[in-house]
Amino acid sequence: MKILVGIKRVVDYNVRIRVKPDGSGVVTDGVKMSMNPFDEIAVEEALQIKERGECDEIIVISIGAKQSQEQLRTALAMGADRGVHVLVDEQIEPLTASKAILSVAQSEGVDLILLGKQAIDDDNNQTAQMVAALWDRPQATFASELAFTDGKVTAVREVDAGLEVLEVDLPAVISVDLRLNEPRYVKLPDMMKAKKKTIDVKSLEDLGVTSGAGVTSLGVRAPEGRQAGIKVETVEELVKELQARGLVND
Amino acid sequence: MSDRDVIEFDVLIVGAGPAGLATAIRLKQLREDLNVCVIDKASTVGAQILSGAVMEPEPLDELLPGWRDNPPPILQPVLKDEFSFLTEKSRYWMPNPPQMNNHGNFIISLGATCAWLAEQAEEAGVEIYPGFAASEPLFNEAGDQVIGVRIGDMGIDKQGNPKDGFMQGVDITAQMTVLAEGCRGSVSKALIAKFGLDADCDPQTYGIGMKELWQVPKGRVKPGTVQHTLGWPLDTSTYGGSFLYQLDEDRVALGFVIGLDYQDPEFEPFEAFQQFKNHPSIKALLEGGTIISSGARAIVEGGIQSLPKLEMPGALLVGDAGGKLNVPKIKGTHMALRSGMMAAEHLAKELTHSGYDQLWRGSSSAAELHKVRNIRPGFQKGMWFGLVNAAIETVTMGKLPRTLSNHPDHEQLRKVSEPRLSPQYDSSKRSLEPRDRLASVYFAATEHDEDQPVHLQVTDTNICVTRCKEEYNNPCTRFCPANVYEMVETDGETQLQINSANCVHCKTCDIKDPYQIINWTTPEGSAGPNYVNL
Repeated sequence: MKILVGIKRVVDYNVRIRVKPDGSGVVTDGVKMSMNPFDEIAVEEALQIKERGECDEIIVISIGAKQSQEQLRTALAMGADRGVHVLVDEQIEPLTASKAILSVAQSEGVDLILLGKQAIDDDNNQTAQMVAALWDRPQATFASELAFTDGKVTAVREVDAGLEVLEVDLPAVISVDLRLNEPRYVKLPDMMKAKKKTIDVKSLEDLGVTSGAGVTSLGVRAPEGRQAGIKVETVEELVKELQARGLVND
Repeated sequence: MSDRDVIEFDVLIVGAGPAGLATAIRLKQLREDLNVCVIDKASTVGAQILSGAVMEPEPLDELLPGWRDNPPPILQPVLKDEFSFLTEKSRYWMPNPPQMNNHGNFIISLGATCAWLAEQAEEAGVEIYPGFAASEPLFNEAGDQVIGVRIGDMGIDKQGNPKDGFMQGVDITAQMTVLAEGCRGSVSKALIAKFGLDADCDPQTYGIGMKELWQVPKGRVKPGTVQHTLGWPLDTSTYGGSFLYQLDEDRVALGFVIGLDYQDPEFEPFEAFQQFKNHPSIKALLEGGTIISSGARAIVEGGIQSLPKLEMPGALLVGDAGGKLNVPKIKGTHMALRSGMMAAEHLAKELTHSGYDQLWRGSSSAAELHKVRNIRPGFQKGMWFGLVNAAIETVTMGKLPRTLSNHPDHEQLRKVSEPRLSPQYDSSKRSLEPRDRLASVYFAATEHDEDQPVHLQVTDTNICVTRCKEEYNNPCTRFCPANVYEMVETDGETQLQINSANCVHCKTCDIKDPYQIINWTTPEGSAGPNYVNL
């Protein structure tokens, strides 16, 4: 089995997000960037599948600016075999990403596409579903447990009502949830070896994908700050303040 | 542990700050054939670097001649220097001391500059691995020569047992190890002690610097304005002052530096900084703005008389791991870059420690520190004496045949039984964020896996509840800018609680603790603050 894992370079989860003063997006200059945590779980799962002898090759793909290669290198250091970097300089929407991922999946002939359930920057949660639809193959999203048997995969999904168990035929698209596994630490010697692994750089054009502009961002703004509270000395004062705000009846 | 992975390099550099990266870049420029590796405990290069910072550009001109065409992301030429003395309500303009003339210098973010330097280093062929913390030095069998460092293990729980995913740290060995950990580096500290490198010099003396980067409302900032203050809110016995540098894009970098030889055990450096921000002349600039990032770091203030020997078998100390900050200039970046370049030039000839100390002491950097050696110690006798002394030393250009001594900071605290020296700060009148130290830690984006051994080792917690409580009222609960140390009562018993996950790696506790029972060690790699452009 051949697995394609999608990874995205996002602002690190520890970083406090700041909106650009002109409202055109969030600040990424000088900000720590990392692999989307859900994608890291997808990479770890692929590695565990390979370590069980159920997979022959793991290809990692990232779509983004030149620096996305840092995250690809991390995935290669964790143990993925090779990388594909689709170089784009502008923000792309999930549909374009889905087409690019599918194009690589088809030319590589992969049996399984593993993706994070969503990226923590835009929280779209669309790519896995779109890839499956475009590919016309089954999908299992929010997986928290996976088992493979004769061309099928059994996935436990985390849904609102509890856990749902699905069996899907391969090839398939699976998006992974938080509790699937705990990603490994990267070893320094593996980090060094990863520098020697190949990363193919491709453009959207190479993949025959045109970047659509179906969605236009009108602006980004930070949530309103909370108003400072006040302290009152007595119950009477409290009632008065609440009445002044129209929160209790006179 | 014979199965521990070992990686070999020609030269290993511990710490990706200005000194370490300058060493690496220069070394590759001179000796393409050498394998040079830089490791850093931060998750990315620059994430745990904090400095004012105004930089003298000459060393960069020498290291990377074309750098002005490909500059680091934050680079604002200094256009104006202002120096003033604060009282609680007023501000008195003073003549700018000649050492603090910044004509031709640049306001930078040292963190952003180091990230940029790392790119230059990688292009030159240096291997840089952030996220790997050097936990201890390695020695040859005879134990008399440094042969590298051990990287800390990952995935150990609080009690010291391996967790799922445990990863043993590797050993990195090298013919020469260059320690570029910055002020009070933990490996450097161990090696200075082992080889007695400080046997012939004064004790080192330090300061704590706290910094915030602000985004303020449009139109207030005059980019290129450099301001320093003395006076309020410090009492005259405490050495320190503020810096405020106005950047482009409506950003302001400001901070407060306080000598760690302060005497009042009840004094809280963090509170002094916050109090300063609420001075009417400062608050007007910040009000309505937001903090981008904040943090703290100890700095070296001892100058040339406290400088340890910079070499030992197998290893060198560069930058502030040795301690080369020029206090009257309030600058160290140029010294760090220069000492790194000098180390590289020394190692390019032969991979030996021998001769580096002498090379540095014969350099213009040493002469620069010699000239100003008596200025900082003069402030031990209070601000007014210090200022008069500084004026004399400046006029005589350090030629008076005397060298004032430094004293160990941890011995300077007075007992709580003596009258207080510093004023009580009233925090209720302050309106600017952060409201307290915990809120400030939030802006440092510091992160430690809580289920790992506490990296702040207190060797005798008994002292905390007995002698320290009585003599100094647990000053660790006040000098730590990140609220790591707390005395908590459980079941009627008071105990020291170490909130190590808050730690911003400033190392103040390791320095100022009066009994020297706190040992700062490296936590898991990548842990710690994630500063943005500090």
